Amino acid sequence: MFRLFKFGFVFVSGLLVACAPSMPEGPSRVEKVLANGLKVIVQPDHRAPVVVSQIWYKVGGSYEPDGLSGVSHVLEHMMFKGTDTLKPGEFSRIIAAQGGRENAFTSRDYTAYYQRLEKSRLPISFRLEADRMRNLKLTSEEFAKEIKVVMEERRLRTEDKPESLVYERFMHTAFGENTYGQPVIGWMKDLKSMSVGDLQTWYEKWYAPNNATLVVVGDVKPAEVFELADQYFGKYQPSMLPKLVQRPVLQQQTRRVSVSVPAKVPYLIMGFHVPSAALSTGPEWEPYALDVLANVLGDGDSSRLSRKLVRGSQVAVQTGVGYDWAARLQTLLMLDANPTPGHSLDEIEQALLAEIGLLQTELVSPQELTRIKTQLVASDVYERDSVFYQAMKIGQLETVGLDAGLVEAYIKRISAVTAEQVRQVAKKYLVPATMTVARLNPLPIKSKGAVRRLGGRHATRY
Amino acid sequence: MPQGIKSLIVLCLLAAAGVAQAGLPIEQWETKKGAQVLFVESRGLPMVQFQLVFDAGSARDVGRQAGIAKLTNQMLKQGAGGLDADDIATRFGDVGAQFSVDSQRDMATLSLRSLSDTSALDPAVDLLAKILASPSFSEKSLQRERVRALTRLELERQSPSEIAQRRFYERLFAGHPYQQYPSGDARGLKAIGRKDLVDYHRQYYVAANAVIAIIGDISQRQAKDIAERLVGGLPKGQAAPPIPPVPMRKSASREYIAFPSKQSHIFMGQPGIKRKDPDYFPLYVGNYTLGGGGLVSRLSEEVREKKGLAYSVYSYFLPMRALGPFTVGLQTKNSQIDKALAIVNRVIKEFVETGPSAEELDAAKKNLSGGFPLRIDSNQKIAEYLALIGFYGLPLSYLDDFVAKVEAVTVEQVRDAYRRRVHPERMLTVIVGGK
Repeated sequence: MFRLFKFGFVFVSGLLVACAPSMPEGPSRVEKVLANGLKVIVQPDHRAPVVVSQIWYKVGGSYEPDGLSGVSHVLEHMMFKGTDTLKPGEFSRIIAAQGGRENAFTSRDYTAYYQRLEKSRLPISFRLEADRMRNLKLTSEEFAKEIKVVMEERRLRTEDKPESLVYERFMHTAFGENTYGQPVIGWMKDLKSMSVGDLQTWYEKWYAPNNATLVVVGDVKPAEVFELADQYFGKYQPSMLPKLVQRPVLQQQTRRVSVSVPAKVPYLIMGFHVPSAALSTGPEWEPYALDVLANVLGDGDSSRLSRKLVRGSQVAVQTGVGYDWAARLQTLLMLDANPTPGHSLDEIEQALLAEIGLLQTELVSPQELTRIKTQLVASDVYERDSVFYQAMKIGQLETVGLDAGLVEAYIKRISAVTAEQVRQVAKKYLVPATMTVARLNPLPIKSKGAVRRLGGRHATRY
Repeated sequence: MPQGIKSLIVLCLLAAAGVAQAGLPIEQWETKKGAQVLFVESRGLPMVQFQLVFDAGSARDVGRQAGIAKLTNQMLKQGAGGLDADDIATRFGDVGAQFSVDSQRDMATLSLRSLSDTSALDPAVDLLAKILASPSFSEKSLQRERVRALTRLELERQSPSEIAQRRFYERLFAGHPYQQYPSGDARGLKAIGRKDLVDYHRQYYVAANAVIAIIGDISQRQAKDIAERLVGGLPKGQAAPPIPPVPMRKSASREYIAFPSKQSHIFMGQPGIKRKDPDYFPLYVGNYTLGGGGLVSRLSEEVREKKGLAYSVYSYFLPMRALGPFTVGLQTKNSQIDKALAIVNRVIKEFVETGPSAEELDAAKKNLSGGFPLRIDSNQKIAEYLALIGFYGLPLSYLDDFVAKVEAVTVEQVRDAYRRRVHPERMLTVIVGGK
């Protein structure tokens, strides 16, 4: 859900809003697996002379054992700190001198690195990325500084943001011992006890050609990209990858948690355990029916929550819905809202449950279903405007154990969803036994200490 | 917005970049009513992207209630021409169109993305025209949107970063229209009545005050027809008057606001540059070295890479109609404020005194020019540039000239521009945080 970026922005994403329909002039994606197991996927897009290269490793927050939460993300930071032949920061300076943009992100299911470049400079990206796949130099000196940066990042993103804190507690409550319950950025106590040795072990365990997918989208020729990939990455031997033991989610009744911190506006998150496309034990259509359901409830001004809770009864000032159908493990369908002043979180909860109840009893109307599908098909076209996002979709699907072919198949599966199927998943999954509710109960914002303005009269206390 | 559950993936528009091979063929004309149009034909995807910009941002709140520009902008889609907010949302949704509004200090923006097939495009365009020309501003939706806006103010007040930014603008632009925070204040929002919205709309949402940026899978002839339809219902009106000059700061000041957070948020700065500014390129290129170039800037190197004091530390110029802010920002745990500030102050002072080294300037140019194609690699980005060029009256060759202008900057020009324009001894510093 949270993808943590080394710098710049965070992607906050509940779901891949939509994936591609097979349009007549649709992308001609090609893939190849190198002898050492590295999967290379190329999707040409000749609209502009640019290229994006992303390497996705199958490791992230949900791979981390107790006590080591956050290690994937800290390692992501350290990947910029030099190799046997590059000094700390040199990677970034070389990419910058090529006019490139680069960054990295870590989620529960993956750690990925990318460069965006003018198209002729792709070999530079491959050379550097291949180098740090196997030759990273982890030093305690660099680690000592960078772990402080990550702690600042945790303070910035989570600890000083009331709604982020609620989200963290919510996930922990909903998933319990399952690793989806621990934050990608790590618990502060784990960050404090982490050592450079932990990172070395983690790096050696997971950074291997046979645990990675290289995705290239842009103004390129696939054959040339494959050749380049082979030239730079082909020399490495595959690794023996560890076997992950995943703890199941065991929930039999509603779970609740509240967070009381200084804040102004109450907030509620409600979630239900549901299958993802990668880990679905039920019929194949279920994740897609859930995605349609999420869009009926959630996305945009024409959705039910906007229409009925924000504009109709006006119990909420804003609402949101998220469903990550492309998660690696069992996932959640989540709803969130801030109440309108004068309305309580109880009312919010009742209103959300009433909407779910409606989905369980009444069929979504044909007009509404058609609109959702039209919107999903259209947003797929809009998303293709970004080469970066095209690569994101491919990388995400591949890394969670789905197939990039789902980029096209998704629209077909969404189109096949019926109103009855939406009702069925609502009845099957959106039930009290799988529900978790987290609430933010604001405490007054009080501050110790003087409030002062040097050279002025103004004083404010928040 | 609630953190965690937004369903759209928000792609970051990374700042900076530079090497256009071929020029961007921009067509420009005026509609019969006097709205300015900028158009690029782009056949790669079956979509059309619109960005309509009015000189109707919060700088125009002056003499009215604080927050009226943004509230008017928000209210447009709450009802028009006999349709209510539900109808409008449903109609856009039915054809797969995405519509959004935004309002900052200079600009009020309406953005529309539609499929280019006329069965989708025509209804979307006609609906947008209706929203522009005949918003109903009903009492009922005004009450609702006011409460929502007031609640957003409360959300701001639980964020140390937002509190700091608001205060930063209030102090930096004291007495100038830019001191208005776009989200307004409670007193202003509570005082806005229906008639105020109607008056505001009548004055500023007029053809002569509009720029229409269009890029996509349509011909110029289609674009001409669409542009006429979009503003056909608007009066010609008048362009908004000029924004007064921003007064320069005479001395340094530092303000601290206590807040129970683990980190302190620091914003430092002064009035910076105009969009049309003779020093634009030396200041802009120079800032890459100072605090603009991601992890490779001096600020990032000294504060983050060498000391581990902050996750994010940066500087930037926000060029506006009048002098927009030059801002330096970072966040660090409360006990480290003095240490971080000392470094930041030293880095700024040194840079202003000596400018970049020849190597640093070279690295900046390589990044800004070498990455130029990345700036215009999508319809979305080009639409934003078109709106910018039209709104600020930049030459149509702005993008074509960009690389040459960057390459022409010398070390001496950067040093000279910084010495004249950036004054470390007169900076405003706002700190919000705990003990």
